[in-house]
Amino acid sequence: MSRVHVTCTINGDPAEFLCDGGQTLLDALRDEVGLTGAKEGCGTGDCGACSIVMDGRLLCSCLVLAPEAEGTTISTVEGMASGDDLHPLQQCFLEGAALQCGVCTPGFLVAAKALLDRNPEPTETEIRYGLAGNLCRCTGYDKIVRAVQAAATQITATNES
Amino acid sequence: MTVTEPKPSYKYVGTRPVRHDGLEKVTGRARFAADLNMSGQLHGIVVRSPHAHARIVSIDTSEAEAMPGVKAVITGDDFPAVEPGHRQYDMCINVIARDKVFYEGHALAAVAASTRDQAQAAAAAVKVEYEVLPAVLTIDQALAADAPVLHAHMMTAGANPPAEEPSNISNITRFSGGELDAGFAEADLVIEREFTTQPVHQGYIEPHACVADTGQDGHTTIWCSSQGHFNVRSSTATLLGWENTRIRVIPAEIGGGFGGKTTIYLEPLAVALSAKAGRPVKMVMTRDEVFRATGPAPGTKLRIKLGVKRDGTLVAGDAYLIYTNGAYAGPGGLLGAMTVFESYKIPNFEIEALDVVINTARSAAYRAPAAPLTAYAMETMLDEIAEELGIDPIDFRIQNAVTEGDPSTMGFPFARIGFVECLEAVRDHPNYKAPLGPNQGRGIAAGYWFNIGESSSATVNLNEDGTATVVTGSPDIGGSRASMALMAAEELGIDVYDIRPVVGDTEAVGFTDVTEGSRATFATGMAVVEACRRMVVELRGRAAKMMGVEVDDIDWVDGQAVYTGSDGDKAPLSVAEITAKAKRTGGPLTATGSLEAHGAGPGFAVHVCDLEVDPETGVVRVVRYTASQDAGTAIHPSYVEGQIQGGVAQGVGWALNEEYIYDSDGVMENPSFLDYRVPVASDLPMIDAIIVEVPNPAHPYGVRGVGETGIVPPIPAVANAIYGATGCRIRDLPMSPIRVLDAITSNGGSNGA
Repeated sequence: MSRVHVTCTINGDPAEFLCDGGQTLLDALRDEVGLTGAKEGCGTGDCGACSIVMDGRLLCSCLVLAPEAEGTTISTVEGMASGDDLHPLQQCFLEGAALQCGVCTPGFLVAAKALLDRNPEPTETEIRYGLAGNLCRCTGYDKIVRAVQAAATQITATNES
Repeated sequence: MTVTEPKPSYKYVGTRPVRHDGLEKVTGRARFAADLNMSGQLHGIVVRSPHAHARIVSIDTSEAEAMPGVKAVITGDDFPAVEPGHRQYDMCINVIARDKVFYEGHALAAVAASTRDQAQAAAAAVKVEYEVLPAVLTIDQALAADAPVLHAHMMTAGANPPAEEPSNISNITRFSGGELDAGFAEADLVIEREFTTQPVHQGYIEPHACVADTGQDGHTTIWCSSQGHFNVRSSTATLLGWENTRIRVIPAEIGGGFGGKTTIYLEPLAVALSAKAGRPVKMVMTRDEVFRATGPAPGTKLRIKLGVKRDGTLVAGDAYLIYTNGAYAGPGGLLGAMTVFESYKIPNFEIEALDVVINTARSAAYRAPAAPLTAYAMETMLDEIAEELGIDPIDFRIQNAVTEGDPSTMGFPFARIGFVECLEAVRDHPNYKAPLGPNQGRGIAAGYWFNIGESSSATVNLNEDGTATVVTGSPDIGGSRASMALMAAEELGIDVYDIRPVVGDTEAVGFTDVTEGSRATFATGMAVVEACRRMVVELRGRAAKMMGVEVDDIDWVDGQAVYTGSDGDKAPLSVAEITAKAKRTGGPLTATGSLEAHGAGPGFAVHVCDLEVDPETGVVRVVRYTASQDAGTAIHPSYVEGQIQGGVAQGVGWALNEEYIYDSDGVMENPSFLDYRVPVASDLPMIDAIIVEVPNPAHPYGVRGVGETGIVPPIPAVANAIYGATGCRIRDLPMSPIRVLDAITSNGGSNGA
C-alpha cells in the first residue's frame, strides 16, 4: 500500500509526513512526526489522553485518520508553551499539583485550553463538563478543576490589564 | 490540616514545591514506555485465548511465521517448563499459557513483525486448536460439589483437616480471639448481613507497555512501565530461566498503577521475541487487552455477624469471607481477614476467609487490596447498629475504635495511630453539619490499611557545585520524587530545588522492592534519610580536615559545618565549599542507604459523603465529600491531598458504576472505558481532604504511607448516604441506577434483615 503524503501546520510550523491510509492521526503524530505528548489510553475516543485541536476543534486524535489532517492547522501539548514561558494552564497545573502520574496531563491541558479559548470565565460546572471527555484516575479531578479556575483568573486578569 | 502533636519545625518537609518532574509532564516531554522507540525496532502482538477455559491441543505457527515482515513467533514452548510448586508458577503460566488457558484473554503466543499491522495479521494467523472446557465463572459455581476443578494440583492450603482432593479453594485463612459464643451471649443486639461485589479494574490510563532489546551477548535491556523494575527483572529472569545479571530494567515514567503494575505481563514475551529476532521489540497493550487480561481486583461474597451491647460496646464478630482472585491463588481472603475487624475493639471474634479460583483474569493488587470490601460490609453494618441504638455514628466509632496498645486481629499491639483523631477531625468539620436538601443523604464510614515497609535503597551524590542527586529505586507514580527531595533537603540543608531526585535503573541503585503498600515515601524515604545522615557524617569529617580540627568539634547546622570547639572562631563551611575541595579531602562525596523498613504505621481514614438520589431514575450524584486521613507527617501536603482525593474518586466509581460483566461463556462484555465507565470530572464535586498528622514513631519524619487508605471508606460512605437519602440498604455492588431504583421501588429493596 502506498503511503499518503500529508501537509499541514503543527504548532505553528509547516509540517509534512507520510502515513498509511488507515493510520490514526494519533499514531502519525507519535510515530511519523515524533510528537509523543498525545497519549493513547484507549484508542476509542473514551479517555481524551490523545486530545488535540484541529482547525479550532478539540478532538481525540485516535478517532481521526491521519490523511484527514491534510491542509489543517493542528495544536498539541508541545505547542502550548511559548519558548520558556509556560502557558498559564501549565503553570497552574504545576503549582496546584494537578497531576500525579502525568499521563493524562497533556490531554487535559489541551482540552482545558480549548475550553478557556471558548469560554474564558467558566463556572466550576462548566469546567467539569468541559473536561468530562478526559479521564484521570489519579487526582479525583479536584486539583485539575482548581488549576483551570486559577488559570482562567490569571488569563482574564492579564487580558484586562 | 489537623496537627495532633507538637512536631519539630521543618524548613522543607511540609512545604509544597513544584515537583521536579513536573515541567516534563506539562510540556509533553516526559517519556512513558509507549513513547520510546529503538532503531530497528519490531512490534510485538500477543495471541490471546477466546475461551474462558480450554485445553490447548496444538498451536500451529507456521503460517504466521511465513507472513510478510514477521521476524519471530513464540509460544509457551519457548520458555523453560514450570511445574506446580515452582515459586512463581502462577505468574509463569499466566504470562504465557502452557497446556491450558484459564480465562478469556489469556496469552498463549506472541508475534514480532516490522509493523504493528503485520504483527496483528500474523497473530490472527496463529492456529490454535482448543478443547473447550466448562467455565467456572462465579463463586457459587466454583464451590459447587460438581464444579470443574481449574488446577488439578490445587490442594487447599490452610484446610483443617488437610485437603485430600483438589478443589477451587486455594486457601483458607482463620483468625480468632476470645470466646465467640460467650461474646454473642453478652450482646443485646445481633445482626447478620450478606454482601456481594464484582471484580473491578484499577483503570490506570496508561496501558502496559515495554521495549526489550536483547543483544547477541545474551543480555537484555527492558524499558517499561511498572511499579517496580527490580521485580520486572526477577520475574522476567524466572520465566526465562536467566540470571538477574543478564537483564537490565530501565523504568520509564509510569502512567498510573494503583497495584495493577506490581506484576508483569509483557516483558518476558518481548525479551524472548527480541532474542529470537535479534532486534528490539516494542509491545503495547490495547485498552481491550488491559481490561481482559490484567489486574482486576477480586469479587467477593461476604457474610458478617456482629453483636453489640445496648451501651454501644461491640462484643462479638463472626466473618465468613470469600474472595475470587481470578484463575489463580491470590491473597484476597487473607487480606480481607486481616482488615475486616482490625479497626475496632471486638474482644470475641472468628474469621474464616476463602480464596477461590474462577475462569477470569488473574487478580492483581488494587490499592489497599481487599479492604474496601470488608469495609463496605462492616461500616454499613455499624451504621445500622448505631441507628438502632440511637447513637451518633461517629461517637459509636470513637467508642469502639482501636487506639495505641490495642491488639490487632493477629494479636500485635498497635503503635501510635490516628483513628480517633480522624473521626474527630470529620466530626468537627463544618461539612458534617451542613444542611441537606431533598432526596439527599449523608453517610459516614471509616477505613484502615496496614501499610508495609520492605526493602529500599538510595544513593546520594554531592555534585562539584554543592548540588545533590538523590537516586532511588522507587518508580514515581504520584509525586514521590518531590518527597525524596524534600527529605534530603531537610537532612542536608540544601535547597529543595538544588536536589535532583532520580529513579535509578536496576544497575544504577541498590535493590528496591515494588512501590506497593503505600511504602515509597515511608520506606524509600527512610533509605534517603539514612544515606543523607551518612553523608552528613562524611561532610563533617571533610570540614574538619579543611579547618584542621577534630571532627567531634564540628556540628551540622542548616546545611553548614559549624565549628563548636574552643580554638577560636572558624568560618562555617557550606556544602558547596566542601564539595569544591573534595579532591583534596578524600575524593567524591557519595553515600548510600539500604534497609529493610519496619514499622510502617497503619493508616486510618474517615469519610463523609453527601449525595442526592434521583427517585425517578435511581441515579446517584455525590454533592459534597469530606475525607480525613492520618498521614503521620505530610512531606508534600499537596500530593497527600491528591492521594486522598484520588482514592475517593476510585472508591466512588467502585461504589456506583464499576464492575466486570461477563457473558455466560466468560467473555467480558464491557472491556472499554465507555462501557466500564470510570468517574469523570462532571460526576464528582470538590473533595475536601483533611490531613491528620499523628506522627509514625518508626519513621524519622513520622511518615505513614497515604496511597491506599483513601480508597477504603468511600464504598460504605456512599452506601450509608444512599440509605440516608432513600431508606434503602443496598448490599450488592455496584449501586448502579437500576439497583438503586429497584431498591426504592420495591419499598426498601434489600433493606432490613
